[in-house]
Amino acid sequence: MSLNVDAIRAQFPILARKIDGNPLVYLDNAATTQKPQAVIDAISHYYTHSNSNVHRGAHTLADEATRLFEGARDTVAEFIGAASRQEVIWTSGTTEAINIVAHGMAKRLRSGDTVLVTEMEHHANLVTWQQACLNSGAQLIVSPIKDNGELDIDAFTANLSDSVKMVSMPHVSNALGTINPITTLIPLIRAKTSALIMIDGAQGIAHGGVNVQELDCDFYAFSAHKIFGPTGMGVLWGKKAVLEAWPVWLTGGEMISTVTYQQSTWGELPNRLEAGTPHIAGAIGLAAAIKWLSELDMQDVHQHEQLLMNTATEYAQAFDGLTIVGNAADKIGVLSFVMDAGHPADIGFLLDKQGIAIRTGDHCAQPLMNRLAVPGTARASFSIYNTAQEIETLFNALKKVQMMLA
Amino acid sequence: MSQISTQEILDDLEFFDNWEERYKYIIDLGKELTPMPESKRTPERLVKGCQSDVWLDVDKQDDKLIFHVDSDAIIVRGLLVLVMAAYNEKSAQQIVDFDIEGYFSQLDLERHISPTRGNGLRAIVAKIQALAKAGL
Repeated sequence: MSLNVDAIRAQFPILARKIDGNPLVYLDNAATTQKPQAVIDAISHYYTHSNSNVHRGAHTLADEATRLFEGARDTVAEFIGAASRQEVIWTSGTTEAINIVAHGMAKRLRSGDTVLVTEMEHHANLVTWQQACLNSGAQLIVSPIKDNGELDIDAFTANLSDSVKMVSMPHVSNALGTINPITTLIPLIRAKTSALIMIDGAQGIAHGGVNVQELDCDFYAFSAHKIFGPTGMGVLWGKKAVLEAWPVWLTGGEMISTVTYQQSTWGELPNRLEAGTPHIAGAIGLAAAIKWLSELDMQDVHQHEQLLMNTATEYAQAFDGLTIVGNAADKIGVLSFVMDAGHPADIGFLLDKQGIAIRTGDHCAQPLMNRLAVPGTARASFSIYNTAQEIETLFNALKKVQMMLA
Repeated sequence: MSQISTQEILDDLEFFDNWEERYKYIIDLGKELTPMPESKRTPERLVKGCQSDVWLDVDKQDDKLIFHVDSDAIIVRGLLVLVMAAYNEKSAQQIVDFDIEGYFSQLDLERHISPTRGNGLRAIVAKIQALAKAGL
């Protein structure tokens, strides 16, 4: 079987849009994915029929809202293979999820400890750990990549020692598309250190197949909006034993057990890490997105994504004056490139005039851009609703860009 | 290069009937902009956009403000020429009095000069206006 892309496209109303008279070609999926009608409907239906605050109401709407909201937690737990629903913590996104872990870790780190990240980090998984180290006196070690954008496994292995208390790394690089071999790296980290392991899954989650118990990491974080769900919503998954002892993050309502004027005790997981009224519609939208995605055959999805990646790479390699940035053997969803003809901003500008949406710039990875000695890149990123035809349109448009800038 | 006036630019742009010609014209303007020497591209002169960078340097000659601008992106350089047509070698009073919003809207390029584009152009305009106000 192959993926019925036309049927999938028909479920994304925004894909019918025109930009300056051209059909929209949306190739900025690493920034955010578009939303299928099922997700839009779920959010709309919640606000239309069941809107209420959760966990506290003595009325029908509050019951309905709570059921939908907590049902969403079950959906996520099942989707990522969590051992229990209590391990699923709602956050505003990957960034907040990493902050919860980094802030907690900063209280535990001591001088002489080290935190290990990689050269390919998004700022969300770099600035957080850099600050945790600055605040605790621990040392940040940045494990190098090779020039092709792959993690240097030998150097990474050499960095693993007793002093490493935390390893945090991306599942998939947002700027380059490199897939890190986390299934082999995690056992390696376990064998050589007692570190906690966090995987930044912002770019990994949409490609499917994440099972946190099989991975055996301690934390996995992702954002709903990169997997066809709403913005402002994300997940921190953590092992129950680790989360139970984790320093509370935000304090306030919902996360407490008892409160007096002078003292409080904390509630159970997951509530103890979720202060305040949550993003109820966000959780419902995320669950709808996961259910929608789960109806597809993930084997077909993977094949289609691989086809898009290969097609884009072949076009790019044959294109005079274009250089691919990031040539990892194992890569998904992202074609980052520079062109002799002009600055990435010029390329993005002139593609936009032709209805093609890509991202240009440093992709929230300034140190990585410096490491690769580029001022930024143009990045086309693909999702399941993109077609080989759209990739051809991109490269025809790039020909025009090249001519105009010449 | 001799300074092009805002009226000349508006007349030129009116002549084109498709976006490619309009942008080719802006790209050509960008190519003619005298580059700022590397030594002058210092952090103090830098206005960092999230997609491209812009540099601004200012001198004073009699009552006129002389600007030197540059960018690492060619289309932004072209757009800077449009801005320079309005502001370069003008007095502080002329700069403050100039209706830049009206000019941008006549250029029909608002989308590309909008603050959300992050190309540093709006920041340059704000900086020039602030300099002019301070010089009144």
